[in-house]
Amino acid sequence: MGFLDIRNVTKSYGNVEVLHRVDIAVEEGEFLVLVGPSGCGKSTLLNMIAGLEGITGGEIAIKGHVVNGVHPSRRNIAMVFQSYALYPNMTVAQNMTFGLEMHGVPKPERERALADVAKLLQIDHLLDRKPGQLSGGQRQRVAMGRALVRDPDVFLFDEPLSNLDAKLRVDMRTEIKKLHQKLKTTIVYVTHDQIEAMTLSTRIAVMNKGYVQQLGTPKEIYDTPANLFVATFMGSPAMNIIPARVVVQDGTPHASVTDADGRPRLLRFSQGSLAAWDGRDILLGIRPEAITDPEGADRKSSNIQALTNRVTVTEPAGSDTFVTMALGGQDAIARMRADASVAAGQTYDFAVNMEKAVAFDPKTEQRIASD
Amino acid sequence: MSAVTQDTAVSMGRVTRALIYLLLLLFALFYLLPLYVMGVNSVKPLAEITGGNMMALPEVWTLDPWRSAWSTAQIGVEPTGLKPYFLNSILMVVPAVVISTIMGALNGYILTKWRFRGDTWVFGLMLFSCFIPFQIVLIPMAVVLGKLGLAGSVPGLVLVHVVYGIGFTTLYFRNYYATFPTELVRAAQIDGAGFFQIFWRILLPVSGPIAVVSIIWQFTNIWNDFLFGASFGGTNQPMTVALNNLVQSSTGVKEYNVHFAGAILAALPTLLVYIVAGRYFVRGLMAGSVKG
Amino acid sequence: MTVSTAPDFRTRLQDWLPKLVLAPSFAVTILFVYGFIGFTVLLSFTGSKMLPSFKWVGWENYEKLWALPAWNTAVMNIAIFASLYIVICTAVGLMLAIFLDQKIRGEGVLRPIYLYPMALSFIVTGTAWKWFLDPGIGLENVMHLWGWQSFSFTWIKDGNMAIYTIVIAAVWQTSGFVMAMFLAGLRGIDNEILKAAQIDGASNWQLYRRIVIPLLRPAFLSAFVILSHLAIKSYDLVVALTGGGPGRATEMPATFMYSYTFTRNQMGIGASSAVIMLMTIAAIMVPYLYAEMKEKKG
Repeated sequence: MGFLDIRNVTKSYGNVEVLHRVDIAVEEGEFLVLVGPSGCGKSTLLNMIAGLEGITGGEIAIKGHVVNGVHPSRRNIAMVFQSYALYPNMTVAQNMTFGLEMHGVPKPERERALADVAKLLQIDHLLDRKPGQLSGGQRQRVAMGRALVRDPDVFLFDEPLSNLDAKLRVDMRTEIKKLHQKLKTTIVYVTHDQIEAMTLSTRIAVMNKGYVQQLGTPKEIYDTPANLFVATFMGSPAMNIIPARVVVQDGTPHASVTDADGRPRLLRFSQGSLAAWDGRDILLGIRPEAITDPEGADRKSSNIQALTNRVTVTEPAGSDTFVTMALGGQDAIARMRADASVAAGQTYDFAVNMEKAVAFDPKTEQRIASD
Repeated sequence: MSAVTQDTAVSMGRVTRALIYLLLLLFALFYLLPLYVMGVNSVKPLAEITGGNMMALPEVWTLDPWRSAWSTAQIGVEPTGLKPYFLNSILMVVPAVVISTIMGALNGYILTKWRFRGDTWVFGLMLFSCFIPFQIVLIPMAVVLGKLGLAGSVPGLVLVHVVYGIGFTTLYFRNYYATFPTELVRAAQIDGAGFFQIFWRILLPVSGPIAVVSIIWQFTNIWNDFLFGASFGGTNQPMTVALNNLVQSSTGVKEYNVHFAGAILAALPTLLVYIVAGRYFVRGLMAGSVKG
Repeated sequence: MTVSTAPDFRTRLQDWLPKLVLAPSFAVTILFVYGFIGFTVLLSFTGSKMLPSFKWVGWENYEKLWALPAWNTAVMNIAIFASLYIVICTAVGLMLAIFLDQKIRGEGVLRPIYLYPMALSFIVTGTAWKWFLDPGIGLENVMHLWGWQSFSFTWIKDGNMAIYTIVIAAVWQTSGFVMAMFLAGLRGIDNEILKAAQIDGASNWQLYRRIVIPLLRPAFLSAFVILSHLAIKSYDLVVALTGGGPGRATEMPATFMYSYTFTRNQMGIGASSAVIMLMTIAAIMVPYLYAEMKEKKG
């Protein structure tokens, strides 16, 4: 039994089921991120944990107590909202202690908790201001402060960074991570931003259409996505999905892909078990950083395959240069070192790190399990 | 090229512009004329009106018509002036406005932040009640007020105005609270605040603007009402009914100057509200027109 | 393992409290609005005279009603009054709004002058216009004193023309409000659309006729609904201005209903006239409110 248990939870509005049998056990101190496109059910699930929405089927337990039907304020949770939801008529200090006041905590104790948290978040100087006088980043801090003061069992974050500008978002992301490392609190965090999910979480639940598509550590999700949705949703630029055919040569499976000129190129798989797919079509998944210029190839990889192909577009991004080429009749993106000199229209040699390649069944869209 | 204008991109010649100004001024005169006529003739002796020019300024200034309208003019059969009726109106308006506004605020809060199955229907039914011709409820209302022992009393009128006012106050507060982020209510719920605490501590402190609109709207409507006052006022008629009785009385000489003074007295509270809080008055009117 | 535990007391209370607080308002609306409407509809099928009675007479009241000259006058009057009132108010309001929108100096002074009559009671408006239009002391007398001896304006004493004096007073009271509605609509139009039209070569006239006025459609609709609603309810203004006279010349459905119910002791007929008024307003308001509420939801 975990610290926060979500057991076979479903949610329906009328006859429409929007969440299907979600089953997640969160350990104490874990940072679980629910990530997915809008409408995937992640916020609904969060609201159900908070008690703001009813549970249609299954149950949610916090510290072993089933909380279905328990009022939000009795679940010992705290929530940070996307809009921060700071009470506009109250000062920062009043905002932060409102929850304690409602729970009948005596004033001296409230003041002490407030002082501790204000110091931790470095917002001591803002305590007498109204939310309207704060910047976006400051409001974000106050919203977190309001949650921290409560010292809850579980923190719930509902897209807390999506209203911040790009730079501040990165700063606050680091801030939240530091805070988690320091306080070792249990956090459930909802976002549609896969980078936030990767950087913050100890575990990620990728959701789509009301289903948990995959639950795992960031590394598992990134390296061995369970299906095409997870593969393409996580990572930027997205994983290249290339139509290919399995060809067994010398007893080892290869992916046969057509290059820009329609010629077949063979790339040896690291997974021997794919030999069972000999002669069949698959979808080959290769992340952009696994296709590089030969000098930039991963030296630790045991399986670098050479590929010669013509470049259609180059996009220098400063730190790297992204290169587009045709593979298997589709655009594929390669990630080159910034000083790799490439020009559109020319043909170059590339190194493909097949150790990192994955294969998907085109029919089921599931990853083909490998040894 | 002319400079870029901000209000509209329209540019036009001097003559057209002059004509527009002329027309706008003529209309201003049209709107001001009755007020002017009431004003000047309320401070003239009667003889100057009947024997002179209505548009002329008084030759002899006098406040007698005002005194008469306020305290001695014949209203119905009693020479009481409008004073007691003015008080009736105040006693009717204040509680009716307060009660209907409080109920409207709570209703608007519930209909936006505590939504339930069928709430749109509840609101639709309340909204439509704002627009019924009140003739349709006159007969049963008379019966019910009689049964309740409230016929011809100020509390009876308060009840009537509250009942037929909550539709509008609910509409105002609902539309206002609809723009108030629901996340705040959720945050307060998690913080442990209950139904009334959320209303009292979170929503009410930011409801000032809409409360003013609602109060002004209700005040003007109830103060200016004639139909309910005439139907259910009995001996406790409000100001509008008394003014009409004063003006329509068929006995004796028609004291136009007193009528005008009385009319201004009846208009004074709402005019005052309009002058002090015109901005909110307009907003109320507009909100009443942009429904839903 | 239980599938779902029952909500605790506090949660259940919080679920019920909103409905509990809303209940009185809802009950009052159901009883005093819809219950009363039902009661009046019922009465309109009974032979009620001075007091409500429940002797069923079927459609007799409605037949009698439409045979009454007074009711037919009232219907004719409301048709004349409502159409003129709506058209003139809209035209005047639109014109004033468009003119005021031309960066007029003194807009801040003019706007409240146009609008203040809306704050007055119809009784006050009626009193002011009653004496202002009175030939003996009002406008006609003033013109005579100013030397225009042949000037004649006796509409208020003339059975054929008195209805138009009600239109004048009503337009005076509400046209400023219509102006404010149109002005808000005009201010809401994106200035870039106007600039684009000018670059396309539209003249001022074309600009308004082809672009601006079509964009004001919602304001037209709101104005129409509000004005027709005010027109059908108009009672106080008639009472104060003409008292329904001269004779019965300015009888309106609202005054008809009142006099038949409370002074002529024909409650059944009064009720049937009220039902017809309600039906007319409902025919306008229900589709409008339905559309508005749907739009807000979607």
